[in-house]
Amino acid sequence: MNLTNLSRRTALSWFAYLGALSVIPSQLFAAWPKDAFNSEAVNDAISELYGQAPQDSDRVKLKVPEIAENGAVVPVTVSTAIEDVESISVYVEGNPNPLAATFELTPYAVASVATRIKMGETSNVVAAVYASGNVYTATQEVKVTIGGCGG
Amino acid sequence: MAIKGKAKMRGDVVQVKVLMKHIMETGLRVDATTGEKIPAYHITEATCFWNGEEVFRTNLGPAVSKNPYLSFKIKGPQVGDTLNFTSIDSKGETDSGDFIVK
Repeated sequence: MNLTNLSRRTALSWFAYLGALSVIPSQLFAAWPKDAFNSEAVNDAISELYGQAPQDSDRVKLKVPEIAENGAVVPVTVSTAIEDVESISVYVEGNPNPLAATFELTPYAVASVATRIKMGETSNVVAAVYASGNVYTATQEVKVTIGGCGG
Repeated sequence: MAIKGKAKMRGDVVQVKVLMKHIMETGLRVDATTGEKIPAYHITEATCFWNGEEVFRTNLGPAVSKNPYLSFKIKGPQVGDTLNFTSIDSKGETDSGDFIVK
């Protein structure tokens, strides 16, 4: 058996493996999605995360207060009946960097999450749900009386 | 410091509520005395494990409120099971907490 050939084959299989890895969308890696968090527009952040343009959907349920007295603590709940949800993310349109958080769902997780976010001013809050290669969004305005980004 | 949280069985779904302790500095605030920007410092990632397997993960940005609150639901764990929750911040400091499903 030719040893040179064998190692070449091994090397090739490794290259093939690396090639296969590189086509996996970035959200599958357990790394903090810096570019999405640094995006300055909601849709830029969404395409950084999911590589897709979003579509509005009334199946995405976004629960936020109509008026937030304290922009430093705005409760947000996102849930959906859409099946096979892989990721949920929350954006504040008026913040310098809209993306607030992403939630990566395993098959164990139920598509229902809640957290608290900061809002600098009155603006739209957007919830995005990524399922089966599509991005679905819901948007709602929150009026902020005292901004959450002051010192 | 341990992360506080609870896990409650509701039907066949476990409702997990977590409260982490962190300043979640945005990087946008200016120090009033020096006039300089206070650098961002926040939790970046938190993961929930059940029997060593990841069941839920979140990426947090600086726009998540101070002392982040998180609520999520998972199917699978039973009453008496332990969920392990860990977090890491932008300086690489980690924290964790164990919650028993009740």
